[in-house]
Amino acid sequence: MAKVLVVTSGKGGVGKTTSTAALGAALALGGKNVVVVDFDVGLRNLDLVMGAERRVVYDLINVVQGDAKLPQALIRDKRIETLFLLPASQTRDKDALNNEGVARVMGELRERFDWVICDSPAGIERGAQLAMHHADVAVVVTNPEVSSVRDSDRIIGLLDSKTERAEKGERIEKHLLLTRYDPARAQRGEMLKVEDVLEILSIPLLGIIPESQEVLRASNLGTPVTLCNPASAPAQAYINAARRLSGETVEVTIPTDRKRLFAKFFARRAA
Amino acid sequence: MSLFAFFTRKNSAPVARDRLQILLAHERSFAGGSDLVALLREEILAVIKKHVQVDSDKVQVKMDRGSAMSTLEVDIEIPTPSSITPGASASLVSAAASA
Repeated sequence: MAKVLVVTSGKGGVGKTTSTAALGAALALGGKNVVVVDFDVGLRNLDLVMGAERRVVYDLINVVQGDAKLPQALIRDKRIETLFLLPASQTRDKDALNNEGVARVMGELRERFDWVICDSPAGIERGAQLAMHHADVAVVVTNPEVSSVRDSDRIIGLLDSKTERAEKGERIEKHLLLTRYDPARAQRGEMLKVEDVLEILSIPLLGIIPESQEVLRASNLGTPVTLCNPASAPAQAYINAARRLSGETVEVTIPTDRKRLFAKFFARRAA
Repeated sequence: MSLFAFFTRKNSAPVARDRLQILLAHERSFAGGSDLVALLREEILAVIKKHVQVDSDKVQVKMDRGSAMSTLEVDIEIPTPSSITPGASASLVSAAASA
C-alpha cells in the first residue's frame, strides 16, 4: 500500500530538500516506486538538487489545475528507473493550489507509487500545511540548535492537529531526522546531544545525519547524496534511515567520514 | 578572549537544553503565550471598567516564565479623585504555578 511521507521542519535551511532527495533515492534503490513532490511553490529547489532543473515542463500547479496530466508532469530520474520528480511551479504562488485539486493529485500518486515523498516549504503557513495534509508519515528534520528545535516542536503540534489523519482522529507517524550533527562538538558540550533533542521533542529517532562536506558536493552536482557517494557518512546515514522507514530494524549509529591523515592535516591548517 | 576565560568557558549545550525545556513547556500549554497575555489584559480591563473608570493605557499585564513557577503581574493605576496626587498605583501580583 502506498505511503505518503512529508519532510517538514518549520525552520528553513535545515535540510528538508536534501533529505527528501536522499531518502527518495535510497528508497528507490531498494526497488520501490518513489515520487518526490516539491511543495515549495515559488521557490522550487528539489529539481536542482535532483539534477532535473533543465527537464521541467509541467509542474504540480499545472496538474492540480488540470492544465496537464500527471504523467506529463512526472520527470523520471536518469539514474534510477523507479524514481520520479513532480516539480513545483517557480512562477505561480501557493494560492494557486486548491485543496480539492491537491487531494485528487495525491490520490493519483498513491495509485502509481509505493512512496510519495512531499518536500514541505519552510514556515507553518498554508504551503506547509498543504504539504503535510495528506501524509501518513512525517519526517521532522531538525538541526541540533535552539531555533530549529523550537520550530520542530511547533510543526509536531500542527501534524497532530491540522493533517487529514489528525482531523479523523487517527495518529500520524512522526520521526525525527537530526541533521548536521557533529558528535565531537556534542561530546564537548558545545552542541545539543541527540538525547537532549529526543527528550525535548519526544518523537522516535529515524536517523542522525552527520555534518559533512559530501552534502554540499552532492547538491553542487545535482545528485542526491545517497547516489553521489553511497559510501560517505551522510549517504550511509540516509540509507539506514530509509531502511527504517521501510520497516527494517537497523541500529542507529553516527557514521563518520574516514579522512586520510594528509587531508586531516590540511583541514586543521585551513581552520 | 584571555587564556583564563578560554579554560573556564562553560559548556553551552546544557544552557540551550534548559532554555528550550522551559520555553516549550509554556508554548505547548498556552499555544503561543503572547496571545494569552493580551486576552487577560482585555478581560481584566473589562471587569475593572465595570466598577472604576480606568485608562486602558494604565493597565499592565506581564508574564515572567520560570522553570518551577511563572508569575503573572497585573499593574493597574486607579485614579483617586479625592487625593492631590494624580494617580495612586494598586498592584496585584498573582502567581500561576506551572510545571
